[in-house]
Amino acid sequence: MLKTFTEKLGKTTLRGVEELGYSLALLVESFYWLFFGFRRRQAIKLPSIFAQMMHIGIQALPIVAILAFAIGMMLAIQGIATLKTFGAESQVVLGIALSVTREFAPLIIGILVAGRSGSALAARIGTMQIAQEIDALRVIGISPVRYLMTPAMLAMLVMLPALTFFADLIALFGGGVYSSLELGMSLQAYADRTIEVLKIDDITQGLYKSLVFAVIITLVSFVNGFSVTAGAEGVGKATTRSVVLSITYIIIADMVFTFFLTH
Amino acid sequence: MTNQTDTQTNAAIEVDDLVTHYGTTRILNHVDMQVNTGEIMVIMGGSGSGKSTLLRYMLGLHQATSGSIKLLGHDITKISAQEMDDLRKNMGVSFQGGALFNSMTVGENVCLPLHEHTNLDENTIQIMGRMKLSVVNLGGFDDLMPAQLSGGMIKRAALARAIVMDPKLLFFDEPSAGLDPVAAAELDDLILRIRKALNTTIVVVTHDLDSTFRIADRITVLDKGKILMIGTVEEVRNSDNQRIQSLLNREARHVEINADEYLKELTGQKE
Ligand SMILES: Nc1ncnc2c1ncn2[C@@H]1O[C@H](COP(=O)(O)OP(=O)(O)OP(=O)(O)O)[C@@H](O)[C@H]1O
Ligand SMILES: [Mg+2]
Repeated sequence: MLKTFTEKLGKTTLRGVEELGYSLALLVESFYWLFFGFRRRQAIKLPSIFAQMMHIGIQALPIVAILAFAIGMMLAIQGIATLKTFGAESQVVLGIALSVTREFAPLIIGILVAGRSGSALAARIGTMQIAQEIDALRVIGISPVRYLMTPAMLAMLVMLPALTFFADLIALFGGGVYSSLELGMSLQAYADRTIEVLKIDDITQGLYKSLVFAVIITLVSFVNGFSVTAGAEGVGKATTRSVVLSITYIIIADMVFTFFLTH
Repeated sequence: MTNQTDTQTNAAIEVDDLVTHYGTTRILNHVDMQVNTGEIMVIMGGSGSGKSTLLRYMLGLHQATSGSIKLLGHDITKISAQEMDDLRKNMGVSFQGGALFNSMTVGENVCLPLHEHTNLDENTIQIMGRMKLSVVNLGGFDDLMPAQLSGGMIKRAALARAIVMDPKLLFFDEPSAGLDPVAAAELDDLILRIRKALNTTIVVVTHDLDSTFRIADRITVLDKGKILMIGTVEEVRNSDNQRIQSLLNREARHVEINADEYLKELTGQKE
């Protein structure tokens, strides 16, 4: 009993270490192709980056808008209710502004993109793996990392901060709508007050986080996609696993990030 | 062996004492094999004997444990990634399931190697792609998606992609698998025609005996990761080796059971 448990623990740890090593190698390789690909006549092609950006970013705008608006409202509702007990409900603007830009916008976007685009990437790569399309790329002399991963990585690195910034704006607006209704302050006054309390650092802090999340989502999706071996079931498993792992790593990274940025 | 002797022996592919592992399991066991320029070599053997594995190592998809694999005189276990890329321009591969890129049209699939490896202008590339498609009797199908093709058409489109760069080496994994006898025979004819037109060196992995006897110049018989025999069609047919005869007569495999190992297998023990 104990032996099987330690055996399992050992195996899991080994797999974790292996995957970490593999992820780092992939990370290095994807940037290698970005900067040196042209030297081996394997430059990154713009159309594939734009195709990824469309899927990861542009097509996510409606759902991001809805989520961000709801979160802004939720923070305002919660904030006003809590602060009322201290009679400090006018401080709600500060609360919303900081928690949206530093915490909620990057986190929600990270989780959303992991679920939406990370899963799609893992499924696509996994399917290509079992159909031997990845092998076909390699025997044609095309690096799968350069052809598939680098464009996705670039698109993620551009679109996650962009979506996060967009979510900042919408969530602040959502908070403003509720606050103005509840506290009878005008939207204009709310906006002025928000600009007054928000520092540029609060926004960039959220954007930096989203860059880290972009790397996490891409790496986890590709590690799991490339590792698919057995059939359609394997693709399903890899997809689920990559979403769960991405979200887990995102939340842990967020905690670590927040700790260091507030100290 | 030195490069000098290679050119003298006229070998396009030379596998020397190849040993490979998947994890800790040894799959190929001291394999030696040569394929001459312009020759069609068929690799056959029972299921799990390591045919596809041997092919994958010849394609440079895995790192060998020991031994060497020379393609066109270059030892692919030693050359740099850049040299391997250059070598790959002389290699075409048709995978078992075709492995066409599902997100691209048939035409884009066929033209991809040209886009990646040449500086030809778009028009020329398109024309070359259509030419190769008509070689495999798929003229006019370039705008279809792979999902809209039948199994036989997928194999032929994959062949068109494999030969679009006019490679010196051509590899096939189970070309006739999943095809009806007529479609399989058509594909065999195509393989023969390509060899005739371009003097391509061709390696085919298959367990289709009819197809083997139609196309093979020589046959390599693999068994449990070892070479059982290499010889011409006649030599293999006339071999008095028991295993080869049972393979040719499609007899069910005689499984040798070792009582101790069987017991371990049943009780799930591993050493
Ligand atoms: N990716 C892999 N990882 C681990 N073992 C593998 C892998 N691929 C193949 N093997 C093992 O290697 C051995 C040889 O497999 P291979 O696919 O080369 O056989 P084959 O001769 O092509 O058989 P078939 O005619 O059934 O295709 C088998 O025992 C198989 O279990
Ligand atoms: Mg096989």
